[in-house]
Amino acid sequence: MLLRYIFFRALMLIPVSISISVVIFMIVHLIPGDPIDNLIRVGSSPSDRAALVVKYGLDQSIFVQYFRWVGAMFHGDFGTAIVLRRPVADLIAQNLPYSLTLGAFAFAFSSIVGIILGTISATTRSKVVQQFVRGFILLGSTVPGFWLALLMILFFAVQLQWFPVSGARGWDSLVLPVLTIGFGGVALVARVTRVALLDVRREDFVVLLHAKGLSSAAILFRHLLPHAMLPVVTILALRIGWILGGAVTVEFVFARPGLGSLLIRALGQRDYPVVQGSLLMLALAVMLGTLIGDVAQAMMDPRIREAKT
Amino acid sequence: MTSTTGVASRAMAGFGKSALGRAFGSWLGKIAGGFLILLLLMAIFAPWITPFDYAAQDLMNGNTPPAWPHLLGTDRFGRDVLSRVIYGARTSLSVSATAIAISVSVGMTLGAAAGYFGGLFERVVMTVVDLTWSFPDILIALIFVAIIGPGLTSTMFAIAIAYLAQFTRLTRAQIVQLKRETFIEATINLGARPSHILLRHLLPNAIAPVIVVGMLAIGDGIVLEATLGFFGLGAQPPTPSWGAMMSSGTAQLFLSPWVIIFPGVVVAVTVVAVNLFGDELIRALDIRDRIRGA
Amino acid sequence: MTMLEVRDLEVAFGPIAPLSGVSFSLSKGETLGIVGESGSGKSLAAMSVLGLLPLSGGRITAGSIIFDGQELAGLPEPAYRKLRGGRIGLITQNPMTSLDPLQKIGPQVDAVAVLHLGMTSAQARARTVDILGTLRIPEPALICNRYPHQMSGGMKQRIVIAMALAADPDLLVADEPTTALDVTVQAQIIRLLDDLVKERDLALVLITHDMSVVAQTCDKVVVMYAGRVVERGTVTAIFDAPQHPYTQALIGCIPGAAGADEHLTSIPGTVPTVLNYPKGCPFHTRCAHMQPICTTDVPAFVSHNDSAAACHFAGDMK
Repeated sequence: MLLRYIFFRALMLIPVSISISVVIFMIVHLIPGDPIDNLIRVGSSPSDRAALVVKYGLDQSIFVQYFRWVGAMFHGDFGTAIVLRRPVADLIAQNLPYSLTLGAFAFAFSSIVGIILGTISATTRSKVVQQFVRGFILLGSTVPGFWLALLMILFFAVQLQWFPVSGARGWDSLVLPVLTIGFGGVALVARVTRVALLDVRREDFVVLLHAKGLSSAAILFRHLLPHAMLPVVTILALRIGWILGGAVTVEFVFARPGLGSLLIRALGQRDYPVVQGSLLMLALAVMLGTLIGDVAQAMMDPRIREAKT
Repeated sequence: MTSTTGVASRAMAGFGKSALGRAFGSWLGKIAGGFLILLLLMAIFAPWITPFDYAAQDLMNGNTPPAWPHLLGTDRFGRDVLSRVIYGARTSLSVSATAIAISVSVGMTLGAAAGYFGGLFERVVMTVVDLTWSFPDILIALIFVAIIGPGLTSTMFAIAIAYLAQFTRLTRAQIVQLKRETFIEATINLGARPSHILLRHLLPNAIAPVIVVGMLAIGDGIVLEATLGFFGLGAQPPTPSWGAMMSSGTAQLFLSPWVIIFPGVVVAVTVVAVNLFGDELIRALDIRDRIRGA
Repeated sequence: MTMLEVRDLEVAFGPIAPLSGVSFSLSKGETLGIVGESGSGKSLAAMSVLGLLPLSGGRITAGSIIFDGQELAGLPEPAYRKLRGGRIGLITQNPMTSLDPLQKIGPQVDAVAVLHLGMTSAQARARTVDILGTLRIPEPALICNRYPHQMSGGMKQRIVIAMALAADPDLLVADEPTTALDVTVQAQIIRLLDDLVKERDLALVLITHDMSVVAQTCDKVVVMYAGRVVERGTVTAIFDAPQHPYTQALIGCIPGAAGADEHLTSIPGTVPTVLNYPKGCPFHTRCAHMQPICTTDVPAFVSHNDSAAACHFAGDMK
């Protein structure tokens, strides 16, 4: 059942990936000027230009060009960076691990702390705690990430000197970026957890659980939380991309290597092969994240597993 | 009975004095709403209330800390931070509000059509819209920057597309719900034209939650505008923008932190105020369930 | 032997008291029916017995609930938890939403025996299979591995009953156990409950709005209206000669009871809500025999054979 679900869910990725790749492919064609000027260094030799024209079929129809482009990527060829003059694939391979590490830590931090915080706020009777969590959720979901990052640097790195200001050397350089992304992530997860728990608690079956003589703690951990996790997993899956998006911002501010800072730098330098490559990787990550989230949800809920898609 | 007349009368009350009045009723609503009105007035009357010319450089007085006459200090070119923050409100509010207005119009049209006609059209629209929803706003923005180039145009496009999904989904959900109401079924059975039903009956009843969510999204738009400005991909100099101010401030992060702190505080407080006031409006209009259902 | 005795029970939610002066009692092997329209407070009476009022924010403000000699009003939660599911079982109204949709049937039933009888999960499973069998559920071992959404409403209600029985309780409280089911299934479930009471010598509180169910299964009846008991007594006494106009009206609503060529009566008006309980006799706003005294004085119980009715004119009316 589950395998079947995963198969069909994965199948849906195909049209999505195609549309995304078309949008990203079109970037160099939509910006003004000859596409080739957007893909090669100014002042390249005519033979280099000719080679590129042949490689991407730039003298042929747009369909041919698209398939050449996609085909090359399937062979690991993402083109050559204009400014850095290196294969884009190398740049991606070099930066990806940093983004993955940061994303994974930020994701884990947001989920764990968010679920705990949301559970506490939904179950506590203390008004002070409830107001505190409400305030935290409000701030966490509104304060701009890059500004928070700057404040973190000012306070923890410059004033207190607890952590390095920037870079990616050593584990301690991860703390501030993870906290920055986590601030928003925790707020999001806590909010969804809280609302979901309050909703589930009103369901009929909860009365019967109490009538069975189960303790409140047993009901919370064995029945309520698994239910509350369904919307949390949905949101986390939908927002894995947003957490990666947070990573884009934070990498830039902390001057960490990563796909995000690679992309932003490339945009500033109009280095289109790099822009295309890193955008594609980020989009792929978003789609995979959504897929993983959906599968996790199906694993938790027998009703979804069996629904025909 | 309750649903039919209830929905209709709530929509009538819509944005009447009563709802706004009730939103201002609580002390949180007063503070948040008051701040937003103040900000709006500042943005409108910026040329008359700024103490200095926002663009005037005074290199001899660069990086001075907050003190009279530069209440919020100066940046490294000696420009008055307060004046620039006030002018920044103009850029920020107008860009975000315009983009959201576009987004709301397009989203309502798409959502209403999808909800009303259903079928394949609905599936296609909702699939595409859900797809944009799963992509982080910043990534959508960067795609636009890549195509159109840095500037406020891409910023506006990005804001309009990034939050389009919310308005489409919300409108569609309500239209689908409303179509089941007896008074709409009766109108359809009486043979009214679809355009008549949509424009006269469905949309007016669906508009209140969309407007409130739109207001909340203006807050998100402000953050996105500031973020792009900070990356140097949004507002370009000499346009004063909160994000761009902070970006230029990073070079002197340790020397003159006020250049970064004040615009950031204004962005944060604005967005918090928008959310608080939006929340009060949702409560005043009693539409929380309608928003959550989408 | 008296299993449950409720005396002058009053329940409050904040300043509002939706239930007051409720008394009834029942013994082993007996079925007590609590009848009334929705909003009459009959479910609140059930929740009070199970000590589940705090879930919805209510509390007992007066009166007592004595279960097998033990006072339950004010009993601390840990002690109450031992009784709930252990000695007092609950059967809820809507089987469609009464089971946790994310867990298989087996573990949900097993939990009761593990908790109250101290069994290992293997022992509990054997017991579950056994109970499901006695409830005439086909292939009980297979059913244990099913999820609730894979079963019919009637089956789910049997599972709920199995959970209530798992720890061999002395008292069962069934809150409208058949309302959400198909008519054919309703009869099966009622017969099942009836058999259980006889086989296991249980005391059963059956809450329903259906007088015909009461007539079939109950030994005693309590008729409730607007949070008060208006008539109580043995089933025979009440069906033979209902004294309260409300009881008369309820019996008049049973198809067939009113005679072949008579019209079915319906009760005009609606049940008053908690916020506007009438003064005097709670039923006076809808009573065909209303007199001035009914609007001012709360009627006392007047005995008649094996029943008692709270009506100023009990015995004077036909």
